[in-house]
Amino acid sequence: MINTFLNLEWKSFFRSASFGKSLGLKIFMAFIALYFIVIFLGLGVSGYFVLTEEFPDKNPLLIANNYLFYWILGDLVVRFFFQKLPVMSVKPLLTLPIKRRKIVNFVLGKSVFSFFNFLPLFTIIPFGIILIVKGGFAAVSVISWMFALFLVTLIVNFLNFIIESITSENELSALPIIAISGGLFALDYFNIVSLSNGFGYGFTAIFENPVFIVVPILVLVGLYLVNFKMLRQKLFLDNGLKNKIEEVVVSNLDWTNNFGDIAPFLQLDLKLIWRNKRTKSSVWMLLLGLLYGLFFYTNDTYLDMPSFYIFIGVFSTGSFLMNFGQFIPAWDASYYKLLMSQNIKYEQYLKSKFTLMAASVVILFVLGIPYVYFGWKILLVHFVAAIYNIGVNTHVMIYGGSFNRKKIDLDKKAAFNYQGTGAMQWLIGIPLLVVPMVLFALISYFTSFEMACAVLAALGVIGIVFHKKIMEAITTKYLNAKYTMIHAFEQDN
Amino acid sequence: MIKTSNLSKKYSGNQVLNIESLEIPKGQSFGLVGNNGAGKTTYFSLLLDLIQPTTGFIINNEVQVNASEAWKPFTSSFIDESFLIGYLTPEEYFYFIGELRGQNRADVNALLLQFKDFFHDEILGKRKYLRDLSKGNQKKVGIVAALIGHPEVIILDEPFANLDPTTQIRLKGIIKNLAETKGVTVLISSHDLLHVTDVCERIVVLEKGVIVKDLETNAATLKELEAHFSEIVLV
Repeated sequence: MINTFLNLEWKSFFRSASFGKSLGLKIFMAFIALYFIVIFLGLGVSGYFVLTEEFPDKNPLLIANNYLFYWILGDLVVRFFFQKLPVMSVKPLLTLPIKRRKIVNFVLGKSVFSFFNFLPLFTIIPFGIILIVKGGFAAVSVISWMFALFLVTLIVNFLNFIIESITSENELSALPIIAISGGLFALDYFNIVSLSNGFGYGFTAIFENPVFIVVPILVLVGLYLVNFKMLRQKLFLDNGLKNKIEEVVVSNLDWTNNFGDIAPFLQLDLKLIWRNKRTKSSVWMLLLGLLYGLFFYTNDTYLDMPSFYIFIGVFSTGSFLMNFGQFIPAWDASYYKLLMSQNIKYEQYLKSKFTLMAASVVILFVLGIPYVYFGWKILLVHFVAAIYNIGVNTHVMIYGGSFNRKKIDLDKKAAFNYQGTGAMQWLIGIPLLVVPMVLFALISYFTSFEMACAVLAALGVIGIVFHKKIMEAITTKYLNAKYTMIHAFEQDN
Repeated sequence: MIKTSNLSKKYSGNQVLNIESLEIPKGQSFGLVGNNGAGKTTYFSLLLDLIQPTTGFIINNEVQVNASEAWKPFTSSFIDESFLIGYLTPEEYFYFIGELRGQNRADVNALLLQFKDFFHDEILGKRKYLRDLSKGNQKKVGIVAALIGHPEVIILDEPFANLDPTTQIRLKGIIKNLAETKGVTVLISSHDLLHVTDVCERIVVLEKGVIVKDLETNAATLKELEAHFSEIVLV
């Protein structure tokens, strides 16, 4: 049975139309994974020595235990944003002679093999071995401690799915986890309830008496059962697999008529964004993008590095641009045939996307004006970044869209799919961010800050001036790719 | 109105359509029948320039469809659900199509009024998104949307499938009316021989991409088609 499931997964991966593209992305992800493995390995290998050096008179294991609370909390938050329950299309399987139990066990079992569960091992294992070899700790105790940590990793794994499935129905799905983990952190930080000590005691107890390992095992089994129950319930057509019927929210978009011939598309795009879960969640990401600068500007080291201003500027004024833009025209994939056989001009269609993105940049820039608190230079750079975004990055995004071959399923059909627009997509924004940053850094290094601003702004202005010409070229590109796009968007995977 | 010459479509050496010549005059109601894989949808997709012909071309009202887009203003179609926009309400969808075809809201409303019966009070004013409608109701929306903006050529793929009996009968009335009184060229495909002989003046039978019969509909046509399809032996 498991073999059959694995076989299905294998085929869906290799036979999908976007295979070539997602392979490239996967290779890139492999590099990122390698990077994290190295970091975690470094932590594991050096951990013991750093701790004995910093606190020569203390037991390194006890100190490590006291930090475990933060480790677990961080793990949970990171997973919430990056790890999704493996997706599997279960509907065709329901009428076949397969026990529901098996389907659920398979999906849950598959999640255990997530990269997130292996990553901590790269720290835990070397750290434990050094504890035994160098520190002379009892092998049995250390091994049961290591095992307990791995169990906790799995506990976090399953806890995360429970949290995700509860909050996914909600629009602001990230709010509860941020509030709760922030609250727990605050409780601990201000010594109201010392959770880190509590966790520390727990792990020390397991170290001293391996019998206590029963506790995490029981918790793990409990969480698995909760997950099992929740998923099993969703395996009925009238329950989890059925799409919910929503009441329509009608909004008056007549003001878009001021935009002339692109108005119908603009209205369509606005409805697209507001009425689909995938797109709607990206609107909330804007807030995050806007506030991103606070991480940097409150830190004096970054305040002295103007090339970071341009990074923040492009990022915070362009967060919608990147979120929305990279899936042009895949957003419209499910009705692409309609658009292609209707009485429309490609140019208007693309212009509507451009207008939307350009408007978002202006709005985000205006909302970001309070950053002037950190200095006039920052506002100036943000302004330059906004011009650059409108003149260069929007065009790059629309141009890039002509290579888009992967359909976006707006009505989330796959069961178990809690996927909004994931954080993965930020990766594609990297070239959009890195190019202006490098350019800025180079010019300001060799000439001056003002010169760097001028050059980037000039690039943006050139893009705006030649907007018509550029769009014409891009439109031809889209027209040439028409048949392949229609074909690719018909594929479900 | 529609001239097809030397049209063929191959997928990796496999011929799925080969029509040497086919002419459909203006105002004709034209039916395409054939078993699965006969090439009906392929032909319609070529007609809408959704796929590229391997050889040959189609001329729609003096416009070669794969060379110019000038056929779009007078041609409308409903092939399958992928012609619907799931996150719009039926009204919004009609208005959107209307705007693309140069019709204001009042024009669209006037047209919709004529289809009150057809909608059977299940479409308009229901505050539901298209994605949440049943397959049959989605189809009704798609078909009516294809009638917006006085098109001269209307292409409907399998319009009778998924519809309830009452609606099928009403749809037959609508299609007949279009061809007879308004001079619209209507192309439909169907697996239902009875419906297609009821509605179409002319019926073409496709088999493995080739035209095997081209009939003027008369009283004997249904019998002839039934005889034809029961004789086909799969090789």
